[in-house]
Amino acid sequence: MHGFEEQIGFPVLTAITFLPSLGALAMLFFRGRPRAYKSIALGASGATLALSLVMLAAFEKGYAGMQFIEKVSWIERLGVSYHMGIDGISLLLILLTALLSVIIIPASWNYVKEKKELAFFASFLFLETGMLGVFAARDLFLFYIFWEIMLIPMYFIIGVWGGPRRIYAAVKFFLFTLAGSLLMLLAIVAIAYAARSNSFAPPVFDMDLLERETFGFQLQMLAFAAFFVAFAVKVPMWPLHTWLPDAHVEAPTAGSVILAGVLLKVGGYGILRFCLPLFPDAAVEYAPWILVLSLIAILYGALVSLVQKDLKKLVAYSSVSHMGFVTAGIFAMNLVGIEGAVLVMLSHGLLTGALFLMVGFLYERLHTREIAVMGGLASPFPVMAAFMLFFVLASLGLPGLSGFVGEFLSLLGLFTYNKALGAIGAAGIIFAAAYLLWMYMRVMFTGTRDEKWYQLPDFNLREIGSLTPLAVFAVWMGVYPNTFLEYIEPSSNRLVEQMAPYLNDGGSTVSRLFSMLGGF
Amino acid sequence: MKAAVVLIPVLPLVSFMVTLLLGKRYFGEKSHYLPVASVAVSWLLCMFLLVQVERGQTLDWNAYSWIAVGGFQVDIGFLVDELAAVMLLVVSTVGLMVHVYSIGYMHGDQGYYRFFAYLNLFMFSMFMLVLANNYLLLYVFWEAVGLCSFLLISFWFPKLSASAAGTKAFLVNRVGDFGFSLGVMLIFITFGTLSYAGVFDSETAVGGGMMTAICLLLFTGAVGKSAQFPLHVWLPDAMEGPTPVSSLIHAATMVNAGVYMVARSSPLFAESETAMLVVAITGGFTAIFAASIGLVQNDIKKVLAYSTVSQLGYMFLALGVGAWAAGMFHLVSHGFFKGLLFLCSGSVIHALSGEQDMRRMGGLKSKTKITYWTFIIGALAISGAPGFAGFFSKDSILAGVFHEGYYLLWAVGIVTAFLTAFYMFRLIFMTFHGEPRTDPEVFAHAHESPPSMTAPLIILAVPSALIGLILGLPPEDGHIDNLLHHVFAGVLPAEGGHGFGAVSALLMALSATIGLGGIFAAWQFYIKRPQLPEMVKARTGAMYYILYNKYWVDEIYAAVIVNPVKWFSGVLWRFVDDAGIDGFVNGAARFFRGVGKALRPTQSGRLQAYLFTMFIGALALLAAWVLLQTGQG
Repeated sequence: MHGFEEQIGFPVLTAITFLPSLGALAMLFFRGRPRAYKSIALGASGATLALSLVMLAAFEKGYAGMQFIEKVSWIERLGVSYHMGIDGISLLLILLTALLSVIIIPASWNYVKEKKELAFFASFLFLETGMLGVFAARDLFLFYIFWEIMLIPMYFIIGVWGGPRRIYAAVKFFLFTLAGSLLMLLAIVAIAYAARSNSFAPPVFDMDLLERETFGFQLQMLAFAAFFVAFAVKVPMWPLHTWLPDAHVEAPTAGSVILAGVLLKVGGYGILRFCLPLFPDAAVEYAPWILVLSLIAILYGALVSLVQKDLKKLVAYSSVSHMGFVTAGIFAMNLVGIEGAVLVMLSHGLLTGALFLMVGFLYERLHTREIAVMGGLASPFPVMAAFMLFFVLASLGLPGLSGFVGEFLSLLGLFTYNKALGAIGAAGIIFAAAYLLWMYMRVMFTGTRDEKWYQLPDFNLREIGSLTPLAVFAVWMGVYPNTFLEYIEPSSNRLVEQMAPYLNDGGSTVSRLFSMLGGF
Repeated sequence: MKAAVVLIPVLPLVSFMVTLLLGKRYFGEKSHYLPVASVAVSWLLCMFLLVQVERGQTLDWNAYSWIAVGGFQVDIGFLVDELAAVMLLVVSTVGLMVHVYSIGYMHGDQGYYRFFAYLNLFMFSMFMLVLANNYLLLYVFWEAVGLCSFLLISFWFPKLSASAAGTKAFLVNRVGDFGFSLGVMLIFITFGTLSYAGVFDSETAVGGGMMTAICLLLFTGAVGKSAQFPLHVWLPDAMEGPTPVSSLIHAATMVNAGVYMVARSSPLFAESETAMLVVAITGGFTAIFAASIGLVQNDIKKVLAYSTVSQLGYMFLALGVGAWAAGMFHLVSHGFFKGLLFLCSGSVIHALSGEQDMRRMGGLKSKTKITYWTFIIGALAISGAPGFAGFFSKDSILAGVFHEGYYLLWAVGIVTAFLTAFYMFRLIFMTFHGEPRTDPEVFAHAHESPPSMTAPLIILAVPSALIGLILGLPPEDGHIDNLLHHVFAGVLPAEGGHGFGAVSALLMALSATIGLGGIFAAWQFYIKRPQLPEMVKARTGAMYYILYNKYWVDEIYAAVIVNPVKWFSGVLWRFVDDAGIDGFVNGAARFFRGVGKALRPTQSGRLQAYLFTMFIGALALLAAWVLLQTGQG
């Protein structure tokens, strides 16, 4: 048994998940003392990070199943329980969430007027609870609650503290996500009732039980589609991505960091955690189509990034492209692809988080994000230029930094699945270099446009401090990815073994067609 | 030996980090101390390895596991064998000389510390590239040297042309790397491993088509990195970088990586005749193609750049026909003399306060004696003057091509040799001889470079003159052939070489004549009868125009690839995203708003209306139920 009692002695997942919310509530006691808000926010998220590190230390690395399990019956008549538990993949995503949640607080030190700070920082803390809960929930009902908890604070973060078109962006974000969520809710209810042992038994929401269930093919196809749309909106997959550029451009820096760093990962995580194990037949059947959509996302996102005029929008579209590698790796449905996908999620969380922070820092100086008016910024801001080069290179998949390992593995997985698809995906690396380097050249290189910029300060310690941890992890993940792969491997292995019986029958008609087209 | 292998790359790496972080604030003018020292020690260690290898000691060592995912296991591992040792010889020697030279050349530059830091990073990456023992690690440092190349080409980044050239170099190389990375994946899928030893000794039966695919994909990467047609376009632009960079990265070391990779993969290429033919033809074509452009360029560095492209073509030609050792031999001698030539051109540019256009040079002979004479040695070496380095290496390539029966490619090689001698001495004569065409004031200030720059010239002139004699005698059975025999033993015909007979002697005499003929022709054109070039230009109008514009390859790429991609991306953004998907989404929103508006009168608050609606609704439900029941019944 890997209950929390044996492993650590207290319900660590609950503690981690609700600690940020407690911090948010604590702020209420300090109403009217704005200076306290930041300290509380930093303290609460910092304590959450510390606690997740404690959990990391107690984590049993080689074990594929769930750990730190907490299970309390909650609404017995509906078969709902408060059931938490994590494996290595959830663990890494929780650590990523905790890390980014700490980093964004100093990064938005001067962002909001003091009297609004309470709501601003409280929103982020509630959001953190939602995200952590999503990664830890082992009961679909509970999962859905956390899922919806994420939505509300993010809506306010964009809609209240966003840019000029914030209302449009927030509503668009809300509607896209909600449309997906409602479909998922229907599917959750449907499978919970389908999994009952008899028609008098309560519905089944517990993942442990549901994973053992084999649903009928038609139900699988429908439920998979419903779950998948909800997750695909988050990822976001083409063509459900158009909320993303607007949301990013309008969101405050911290919002963008969390949005790109964690919320998109929730999509990939959901697919990995729910779509594949619950509906393996449907996953195999849909895989070729999803792979095609992933490839479209990789190339389409890259091409559209190429012609963006707004720096932030460029980074936003680049997420569409990078996240394409995640879905591509997952639906290659082999070990290399899945581990690659998880690594891409982690790496993208760090790198895109860093890039959005940088765009924010740049905006605070120049009060614009228009690439055309920038240029030659490396002369007045050499430290900023060095950091940006680092993250740009990591993001375009330079070996030795984090982007490369994940993308290479997920491409290798895809290539193993089908050579033609793998080759198309690999073309993405050309375009990634194109839009990122071209952007860097236009922003940092060439002559300086405005002599006034020389009077502006280069990065200060607060800014360097918020980027350095991300850079350190980017190097670590690139130079010694095994540290992370060791946590990813056991549960990925288990997933691949679960999927294996469904793959061996030669796959769907469509995948057979693809292998005919692609084999040489 | 393991310690040496680790230290060789790690010393420059440490120096890079220290110099980059502390250089600006603490080292300033002294930023070069640590970088030069670290490379000097690495050079010594490389010499040590060379001696060990000469004694028959080799090493294949996995230091630690880098990526482990199920069956996909990649190590950080080192391989020291004859091939690696030969590469290390060139990389470390030219590298050290360029470091020393840069002390003088970059003196007073704002980014002095940054320059040396990047050079160190390059040395680290290049050493690792050569020492890697598996394809993924090779790929990793293949990209890393590309990064250094990018950083150093765009070193003077405020200049638009410099930053554009750096970006272009990276992107064109990425096109090649796209193929390379697919090749690596295909190797893994086919052989289940990526280590050289595992792949080359594999018992796996591989179909000819698959082998050809693997080799051609790998070769795509080589075409990018070694600037072969059609991906050669980045190298001439790369001359925007400081001249020591052109010498080290874009002549002597990094651009050789493609040749090295193909030579390293000889057990794979030897299995595919198609791939070998593609390599040979690409090399031969690029050799003559680039040489022809070099004939009419006026920028001193551009001439050398096209010359490099052309000489790399020779190397691929050699590999493609199976003259493996000859290709590597030319890599070594070219590394030395082309490194030297670039450093000499840098000295000229330095003397003339930055002038690069040969039409505004001339008469420098007396002003810069050391540069002049070392330049002459380099030029004689590349032209294949008897006894000099290029003579032996180029001859062994041409002999190999001839003996393997590729007569057309041999003819191409001979013509290229003539062109090479011609454009090289055109450069010499335009730069050093005749009347000065420089601005008199600049010319008055022209002076020989400081010792830190001339010393490397003199040192590199020695191997440029002599390395052919040392490595290449007797022809086709010289030291280099024997040394590399271990590496290429598996892919060479069992009955041994074709021997040095009367045919070989004749060929050698012919290539000597051709080289000297080219020099003589240049002398006729640019010293004896200076009106000749204008006459020829007038006579061959169209031809000259085509060459002068470099066959418009860049313009064609812009029109056929770059601009359409930008246009298409714009369409995707504006029409598919904004008008298409968002148009649909916003349209749907408008539709529901419209529906809501239309339905608003129903929310009138009148109870009777609600009751009536409920009644109708209930009736409809009842009707539906009845219909369903009867349907089932």
